[in-house]
Amino acid sequence: MTAQGFLQITIYLATLLVLAKPLGSYMARVYQDESAGLNRWFAGMEKLIYRLSGIKPEQEMHWTQYAIALMVFNLLGLLAVYGLQRFQDILPLNPQGLAAISPDSAFNTAVSFATNTNWQGYGGETTMSYLTQMLGLSVQNFVSAASGMAVLVALIRGFIRRNTNSIGNFWVDLTRSTLYILLPLSLLLAVALVGQGVVQTFKPYQTVSLQETLSYQSPKLDKDGKALTDAAGKPITESVETNQQTLALGPAASQIAIKQLGTNGGGFFSVNSAHPYENPTPLSNFLEMLAILLIPAALCFTFGVMVGDARQGWVILAAMTLVFVALVFVAVPAEQNGNPALTALGIDQIASDQQAGGNMEGKETRFGIVNSGLWAVATTAASNGSVNSMHDSFTPIGGMVPMFLMQLGEVIFGGVGSGLYGMIVFAIVAVFIAGLMIGRTPEYLGKKIEAYEMKMAAVIILVPPLVVLGGTAVALMLDVGKASVLNPGAHGFSEVLYAFSSAGNNNGSAFGGLSANVPFYNLMLGMAMLFSRYWLIVPVLAIAGSLAAKKTVPFGAGTLPTHTPLFAVLLIITVLMVGALTFVPALALGPVVEYLQMIGVK
Amino acid sequence: MSTYLKPAFIMLLLLTLLTGVIYPALVTAIAQVFFADQANGSLLKDQQGHPIGSSLVGQSFSDPKYFWGRPSATGPYPYNAAASSGSNFGPTNPALVAAVTARIQALKSSDPSNKAAIPVDLVTASGSGLDPHISPAAAEYQIDRVAKIRQLSSQQVRDLVVNMTQARQWHVFGEPKINVLLLNKELDEIR
Repeated sequence: MTAQGFLQITIYLATLLVLAKPLGSYMARVYQDESAGLNRWFAGMEKLIYRLSGIKPEQEMHWTQYAIALMVFNLLGLLAVYGLQRFQDILPLNPQGLAAISPDSAFNTAVSFATNTNWQGYGGETTMSYLTQMLGLSVQNFVSAASGMAVLVALIRGFIRRNTNSIGNFWVDLTRSTLYILLPLSLLLAVALVGQGVVQTFKPYQTVSLQETLSYQSPKLDKDGKALTDAAGKPITESVETNQQTLALGPAASQIAIKQLGTNGGGFFSVNSAHPYENPTPLSNFLEMLAILLIPAALCFTFGVMVGDARQGWVILAAMTLVFVALVFVAVPAEQNGNPALTALGIDQIASDQQAGGNMEGKETRFGIVNSGLWAVATTAASNGSVNSMHDSFTPIGGMVPMFLMQLGEVIFGGVGSGLYGMIVFAIVAVFIAGLMIGRTPEYLGKKIEAYEMKMAAVIILVPPLVVLGGTAVALMLDVGKASVLNPGAHGFSEVLYAFSSAGNNNGSAFGGLSANVPFYNLMLGMAMLFSRYWLIVPVLAIAGSLAAKKTVPFGAGTLPTHTPLFAVLLIITVLMVGALTFVPALALGPVVEYLQMIGVK
Repeated sequence: MSTYLKPAFIMLLLLTLLTGVIYPALVTAIAQVFFADQANGSLLKDQQGHPIGSSLVGQSFSDPKYFWGRPSATGPYPYNAAASSGSNFGPTNPALVAAVTARIQALKSSDPSNKAAIPVDLVTASGSGLDPHISPAAAEYQIDRVAKIRQLSSQQVRDLVVNMTQARQWHVFGEPKINVLLLNKELDEIR
C-alpha cells in the first residue's frame, strides 16, 4: 500500500476517534435528560410533539410495551412508504412522471427502509419520485435509525436500573434521538455536502448538450411501442444519434446526509455514493465516510458514561476498532494488487504518482483504491451499506472482507444503536464463556447473566446466520434464484450469498450484478430483513427487561473485570469464532474458490 | 391496541413533517442561497447561457482528437446521466476480459505507434458510469495521439494537461485527476 494511502486511512481513523468522544458524551446527556444545549432550546417543540400525540413522557414502559410501541410505529412507517410508492404517479413532486412501483418491489423497499437496511432493488433516478424519496425514504432513514438508538438506550437502562420492571419510554427515546442527534448532524452534513457539489433542488432533470455527438444502438420499436425482434428472437436495433445528455437531479443532499449518519445507506441515485452528484469530491467522500461510523463509534462513549464507567465503553470501542483496522489492511491491499487477468493483457495496474493503479473496475478515479477499499470496509462494518464503488467488481479477497463483516452480525461498529446492542450481546456471551472457564456465575456490569439472558442471546446470535445460509441455500436450489445471477462460477454464488448476508444483517449493500428486482428476491430478501431486524430487537428488549428487574451484585473477587484489554481480546475472539465457525464453509465456496481461480490465471 | 396506534400515527405524521418536509426544505433554501451553482448540478454554460454539461458529470468521447474518459457501463449508451450504473463484472468474468480487450484494441488502432503500457483506469468501467476524471497517467498515454491529430506539439498538449491536473484535495484526500470534459473544451479552444 502507498504511503499516501496509509496517511489517508490514519487521518480518517484519528478524526473518527477524536469526534466520537464529545458526541458520545453529548448523546449521554440527551438520553439522561441533562442540559445539553439543543435539548433545552427546543424543549418546547419536544413537549408539543408529546402533547399532540397524547404521550406522557414520564410514563415508563415494560419491555413488552416498549417492543409493541416500536413495532407498531415501524409498521405504520412501512405502510406509509409502501403507499407512497404505489401512488407516486398521481402524487405531486414527480417532475419526471415516474410510474407507480410494482407491489413486490414496493414491499421490498418499504421493509428495507423501515428496518434500517436500505437494500435497494431499484435504481433511484429511474424509479423514485422526489416526493417518495423525501416523504417516504428520508423519513424512514431518520426514524429507523432513531428506533435502533432507542433500543440501545433501553438495553443500557437494563444494566443501570435495579429491581424495576420498566426500561424507559419508547416515544421519548425516539423523539430525542431524532430531534437532538440525527436532525442537527444531518443539517450540518447536508449543507457541507452541497458546498462540495451534491445537488439539492426540486427542479426536473436538466438536459445539456454534448461536446461530441454520440451514436448508439437502440431497440427498434413498432407502432405500439413494443420492441421488434428478428426471426431468431433477437431484438432488432437501429443506430441512433444524440447530442444531448440528461442529468438526473433532485433533493439529494438532505437525504444523503441522513443516509450516512443513520447507517441507512440507501442511495438517492442508482450507484449510490459512486455518483458524482451524490459524492462529488474526495472531501465529500471523507465526510460521508466519517458520517458512516461517527454515531456508532460515539455510542460506545455514551454507553460508558451511562453505565458510570467510561472504560466499559473504551473496551468495546477498542475491540471494534482493532477488527476494523485489521480488515482494512486486508481489503485495501487486495484491491491494490489488481487483477492478474488484466496484467496478462499488458495493462499497467501499478500505483504511482500518476495513477491509483490496482483493480479499478467499478471504481471512481477521484477515490482511487484506498478510498474505495476503506469505504467498503466502513460501510459493511457499520450496517450502512452505501457504496462508492461496485463491490461486485472487487477482487475475491477484497469482496470477501465486506461480506464477512456483515456476517459477523454487524457488530464491528454496526448500525446506529443496533451495532452496539449486538456487541453488548456478544459481551454477555463472552462473560458467560469466561464464567464457564473459571467456574463462577457470569456477571456483566453488576448484573448476573442467567439462563434467560443466555437463551435470548442465543436467539440473537443464531437468527441472522439461519436467515443468511438458509436463504442462500433456497435461492440456489431454485431456477428462479439462479436466473438473476450475472457473473458465472464461484462469483455468481458470492452474489447470492452477499445478498442474503446483506439483507439478513440489515446492511443493504449489494453485489449489484444480481438482478434482485424480481418478485422472488423482493419477497425473500424482504422477509430476511424483517426477520433479522425484529427477531433481534425483541430479544434484546427482553434482556433489557430481565436485567432491569434484577438487583445489582457488587464487584467481587470472582467477577471477571470487563474494562481490561484482556476482555477486549476475549470479546474479539467471541465475535470472530462465532462468525468464522458459521460462515467459513460458505465463504470457501465463493470468494476462496474464486481467489484460487484468479491467481491460477497466468 | 389503540393506546399504541394513536401515538404511533400522530408521531409518524409529526416526524414526517419535521424530517420529510421542513428539513429538506430548509436544506434546499440554504443550498439555493449560498451554493446555488452546486445545488443545481454545477452546470457549464456557453456564452449564450445554454447548458453544455456539468463539471461533475463526464461525457462520452470516442473521437481520437479528444482525450477519452473512463469506459462507461450505462445503458443504452455510455455516460447516460439519467441511469447511472457500473458493469458489475467480477474479476474472473470472461466478459470483463473481453470488454477490456476490445478497449485495448480501440486505443491501439487509434494510435498504432504508442507502445506504452495502458493505464488501468483507461480500460476499466467506472463505478457510476459517469466518472468525469481520468488519472494523469491515462492522460499522458493519450497526449501524442491528440497532439498529432490536432497538429499541435506534444509539449503544448502536455502543458495543458499539467495545467488542468487537479492535485489531491488539500494535498491529502483522494487521487490526482484530470476532468476530461473540461480538458477537451480547452483543446477545442486552442484548435
